[in-house]
Amino acid sequence: MIRWAPFREILLARMREALREPEIVFWAFFFPLLLSLALGIAFRNKPPEKVYVAIERGPGAEGIRATLSADERFMAEVASPDECARQLRLGKAAIVIAAGSGLEYRYDPTRPDSVLARTLVDDAIQRAAGRKDARPPTEKTVSEPGARYIDFLIPGLIGMNLMSAGMWGVGFAIVDMRTRKLLKRLVATPMRKSEFLAAMISSRFLFMAVELTLLLAFGRLVFGVEVRGSLLAPFLLGIVGALTFASLGLLIATRAQRIETISGLMNLVMMPMFIFSGTFFSSERFPDYAQPFIQALPLTLLNDALRAVINEGASIASQGLRLGGLGLWMVICFTLSLRLFRWS
Amino acid sequence: MSLAIRCVGLKKTYDGGVEAVRGVDLSIEEGECFGLLGPNGAGKTTTVEILEGLLSPTAGDVEVLGRRWGTDDEEIRHRLGVSLQETKLSEKLTVEETLHLFASFYRTRRDLEVLLGEMGLLEKRASHVEKLSGGQRQRLAVACALVGDPELLFLDEPTTGLDPQSRRQLWDVIRAFRATRRTVMLTTHYMEEAERLCDRVAIVDHGQVIALGSPRELIARLGAEHVVEFSTDGEVDGTALAALPGVKAMHAEGEARLLTVTEPHVTIPALLALLKDLGRELTRLTTRHASLEDVFVSLTGRHLRDD
Repeated sequence: MIRWAPFREILLARMREALREPEIVFWAFFFPLLLSLALGIAFRNKPPEKVYVAIERGPGAEGIRATLSADERFMAEVASPDECARQLRLGKAAIVIAAGSGLEYRYDPTRPDSVLARTLVDDAIQRAAGRKDARPPTEKTVSEPGARYIDFLIPGLIGMNLMSAGMWGVGFAIVDMRTRKLLKRLVATPMRKSEFLAAMISSRFLFMAVELTLLLAFGRLVFGVEVRGSLLAPFLLGIVGALTFASLGLLIATRAQRIETISGLMNLVMMPMFIFSGTFFSSERFPDYAQPFIQALPLTLLNDALRAVINEGASIASQGLRLGGLGLWMVICFTLSLRLFRWS
Repeated sequence: MSLAIRCVGLKKTYDGGVEAVRGVDLSIEEGECFGLLGPNGAGKTTTVEILEGLLSPTAGDVEVLGRRWGTDDEEIRHRLGVSLQETKLSEKLTVEETLHLFASFYRTRRDLEVLLGEMGLLEKRASHVEKLSGGQRQRLAVACALVGDPELLFLDEPTTGLDPQSRRQLWDVIRAFRATRRTVMLTTHYMEEAERLCDRVAIVDHGQVIALGSPRELIARLGAEHVVEFSTDGEVDGTALAALPGVKAMHAEGEARLLTVTEPHVTIPALLALLKDLGRELTRLTTRHASLEDVFVSLTGRHLRDD
């Protein structure tokens, strides 16, 4: 049985402590915003980049430059062979063209932009020389809202933030209290274990709501990232995510006696999820044999569910399987924590 | 009178084989102020933490307020006040918020205004814990122990590291609590503290009680109440010193000789005469009342504090 007064007082104490610690406020609330701002600007959708072509000085060089410069897709410059080689090496030029007796393309076939440049350059030069398309195509370009990088990024940042804030907010706080002997002091009172653990985990709800609101509002106002489904859905996922990671943080903190230990354990647990769970880039990029492991990680489940409801407008019901997965993590972690928890 | 604490054959061996407590029996009556006196590492804290239900003993039987740990934990905790050694309360909470937090756990609660007044913390009620002095922090820790209006108060090294003024303030608080006929158990390695506060003292060394009684009784057991301490410019034969009138015991501490005597006005003239005969010059001479420290030294040959 949880009594209301102790629960409320522990919760209040947690909130006060956190809000009076400027570092916590910064890392929990402003850092994710700064990160999304920086990444959003770095990866904003730009007009298609021009292909930079270096042409070796010599007979015919000027003709090719004129041909390519007429096409707005290219930036062509004539330079000495040494200079051309240097630019290719540094990655400034995607391809070097040497036009002497014949026509020679120099490029690195492992560089995607060079391979693209070779095709585009060759196409332009051949057309200018009079080649005709055997089957003339028609083109239609598509730019889907919700498919930009920032649209992908914001739900990922929400997921990542729920993970790190949940784990630090519970795990680190508990170990800190243990090293200060405050846990032991609390045990010497009639406070119940359940009151303490419930309050610690609940403190995450209030923070979660603020973090989530800030990130969603920021994404909307600065980058026009829309929640395409119900606005309630991300918050429901936020609650489940906050609970899951608070439980995971609790589990990690059950025995750790030192701040160094808990920091190491946190990193050990969170690092794979930072990398594999599709925060900054899609988890689909990893090979098939790794997918069962990656898809079972709590952060993958949370990120994918957040993307579905935010970017694709999916209903919360359609995310049942992922929610179930998160629930399983939560129950296992919490049950183990209750068994293993050490107060001193 | 019923017993507030009763323990029999208490033993605690930590993982790794360290025997912190090696058979302690204690019976502490209600309304008594009882002190565990001993050097650092004597097993005082381990003993107290077992009595507080924070550690389980390796062997032995414990009863607190007529109940047992393991069956009546919550009931006992409602009636206990505990101040541990070195608890760091949350720095960012105010004095008042900290007390509200602790008060919320208890069935019966002290009026916070009155408690803050008694602890001399009224002016600091809105200060963050991080802004408090050492003495104020310690008074807050004791206030947290008192907030549930306990029948039994445990204080583990309550004044260690405090300046003399803060120490005296805390003593007043403890005396005021005792005046309400409730029980206090404290540990200390300050003999002065034990002498001034405690009705009875158990002197603990190497996990065992080596002497038990009121401070007066323990000092009286030395058979003499005064200590004459002196140094000379050369060796003096110990047997000659022990044979001086009124000398009950004699031991050396570096250059200095300590004589435990019944009547200094008899012993000192005889001592001066002896030194004159031997042709030795006195370089130092002091006399004082015997203390619990002398009791400890006479029992163990060591001092309570090594600092």
